[in-house]
Amino acid sequence: MEAVALALGALLAAACVVFVARPLLRQGREEAAGAPNPEEETRLRLLEERDRSLAALKELEFDHRTGKISDEDYRALIGPLRRAVGEALKALEHEDRQDREREEVDAAL
Amino acid sequence: MPELGRAALVAAFGLIFYAVVVGGYASYRGRRRLLDSATNALFAAFAAVGIAALVLVAALAGRDFSFDYVARMTSRELPLGYTLAAFWSGQEGSLLLWLLVLTGAASAAIALNRRLVREALPWTVPIIGSVALFFAFLLVFVASPFATQAAPPDGAGMNPSLQNPYMIAHPPMLYLGYVGLTIPFAFAMAALASRRVDERWIVVTRRWTLAAWTFLGFGILLGAKWAYEEVGWGGWYAWDPVENAALMPWLVATAFLHSVMVQEKKNMLRVWNVVLVAGAFLLSLFGTFLTRSGVISSIHSFTQSSIGPFFLGFIAVAAAFSIALILSRLTLLRSKTRLESLVSREAAFLYNNLFLVALALTILWGVIYPLVSEAVRGVAVSVGAPYYDFFAIVFGLPLVLLMGIGPVVAWRRASLRSLASLLVVPAGVALGVGLVLLLAGAGSSPAGLVGYTFAAFVMTTIVLEFIRGTRARKSLGNGGWWSAFSGLIARNRRRYGGYIVHAAIILLLIGAAGIGGFSTHEQGRLSQGESLAAGDYRVVYTGSEQQRGANAQEVRANLDVWRNGELVGTMQAGKNRYFAEQQTSNEVGIRTDWLRGEDLFVIADTFNQDGSVFLKVIVNPLVNLIWLSGLVFVLGSAVAMWPDAREQRRLAARFAGEGAAVARA
Repeated sequence: MEAVALALGALLAAACVVFVARPLLRQGREEAAGAPNPEEETRLRLLEERDRSLAALKELEFDHRTGKISDEDYRALIGPLRRAVGEALKALEHEDRQDREREEVDAAL
Repeated sequence: MPELGRAALVAAFGLIFYAVVVGGYASYRGRRRLLDSATNALFAAFAAVGIAALVLVAALAGRDFSFDYVARMTSRELPLGYTLAAFWSGQEGSLLLWLLVLTGAASAAIALNRRLVREALPWTVPIIGSVALFFAFLLVFVASPFATQAAPPDGAGMNPSLQNPYMIAHPPMLYLGYVGLTIPFAFAMAALASRRVDERWIVVTRRWTLAAWTFLGFGILLGAKWAYEEVGWGGWYAWDPVENAALMPWLVATAFLHSVMVQEKKNMLRVWNVVLVAGAFLLSLFGTFLTRSGVISSIHSFTQSSIGPFFLGFIAVAAAFSIALILSRLTLLRSKTRLESLVSREAAFLYNNLFLVALALTILWGVIYPLVSEAVRGVAVSVGAPYYDFFAIVFGLPLVLLMGIGPVVAWRRASLRSLASLLVVPAGVALGVGLVLLLAGAGSSPAGLVGYTFAAFVMTTIVLEFIRGTRARKSLGNGGWWSAFSGLIARNRRRYGGYIVHAAIILLLIGAAGIGGFSTHEQGRLSQGESLAAGDYRVVYTGSEQQRGANAQEVRANLDVWRNGELVGTMQAGKNRYFAEQQTSNEVGIRTDWLRGEDLFVIADTFNQDGSVFLKVIVNPLVNLIWLSGLVFVLGSAVAMWPDAREQRRLAARFAGEGAAVARA
């Protein structure tokens, strides 16, 4: 029984070593992990802002329809929210345009 | 096969150590291959711990008493179900279960979000690994379940209190909850360490947090049901330190589940949310420490051990690490968004958070005060139920009110006039219910009366919320009432799942108010043929009998049950004398009236030489709503957790190029 246990233990250890070492044996260039990229961060922030504004707009419509928000409050809130959505979309478009320009410059070089 | 178990644990320890050291280096230096290798080590550790767990299961199933743990926890006559449940009834097995669930959950969470972890949150691997390393260290060096001895002819058996079906499910549920809270903690801290404080860690861990919270909540209720049946004092929750140990992280996680919505909708409370995630995790460690260290005396604690100092040291290190990391990232976390109005949904969430955290902290103080007192003054004191009851009412009743008011307040701001118009009907129903109950004599328990009135208020709000939402969807031309109703829930799962959970809390409140404020207690010594009246019931003692059970001698008092002059059935209450354990347990008699939700609860306290028996008879009105609330709670959580394909598509689009795996979380 002890021999079986030892054999199984050795097998387990060997399998673990192979499994853990496998990524280190990969060929090719090592890519960096986890470094924040400012452009990527900005884009993500803008996407979050866009989604947040759109969700707030949807929520406001639903609250108004279910009577949780008065007509007066609805009129006061809907304008700034629509503007926020517009600004978020515009900022994203601007970011996309800059990305494209950067890519074109990179391609030209 | 204890050698295989030991080898598997040593291998797991080595693998996790590798994951922590190499994963930490890879995260710091941005080395992807090394990070992948560290991640694989964590996966492999799960496999190794799985093998160790299988060895222990095999030893338990085979009643191999050469394993010291098996001999201490089981006996030859112990039924197989309890024998297998002995896996988590002792300290070493519990620690192994913790590590198994932790490495399993960590592997699943990382595998499902591998691209995100690799590209944005690499610190997740060493942080999760550090927690696992602590448990692996305990299992290898301090409390191994694979210690061996010369096999005795029989084991010592299991504590009779643990021989209850609810005790088979209760500890694993709690552990799934405790361990589950490690996942949001690890991702949150990794987001801070990686300086990626956007919403990704929240999106990834949303369902993990909800699942952990559900397991913890359901586990607490299973423990309450066990205490109700097994401990036999007629109550369901006694503010026992071990019960409180699970309640505290649950309360903090509840606060987080509410406040995280404010971050998602308004980009506010970002610092507060990471503080809550860290707090829930630290309290889950503290809960395990209380249960497993034996530092406190509790009806739920079955362990005396030496692991306490290790746990305290680890909790201190984890707390210091969390605080330092949060403080170092304060500038990144600060939000520019401010609260627009004190009458808004986000403000309601903020109030709810303050009450929940205040309640958790007062419970924490009640739990640690006896330890502090003994350590500082050398005087042993105990904090009793009146302390907890007082704060449960002071913080609990406003929380219940907020459950009724919060859902009808709009985000950003709401006018008091529109709020008042929405609350007229619930307030009217609540006052009506209160008045009717008062006239029916419920004024004997003012707290119970207030509880029922508040419950009526919240329940009406919830029902009206469903009606208003369905009507609004129907007005959009979305088919009939049913299609509008199902569409409403399908498109707003978190909101309406949350309302179902609120309904569960109200059911629990009604049940708790019933048993706490309106139960009837009677007791007396009865000879054969004599009876005892309690409420509408009369219990007649018709004699006793003895029989040999699977692993105990069972003595039972036979009772006829009369209600309002009519014989409605028979029941038994008695005691078990366990052979191997040499201990006696109370086996209470419970007769449930499902229509009224009440229990007739009988304890046969003493069997006398002259054939008489000393009985305690309790009528617990509405107590079964507490257990029903557990099922409703799970239903609500399942609705809230159910994946929403539209939302997943939206998130996948947002994170395209950033780790689309986020959407699978």
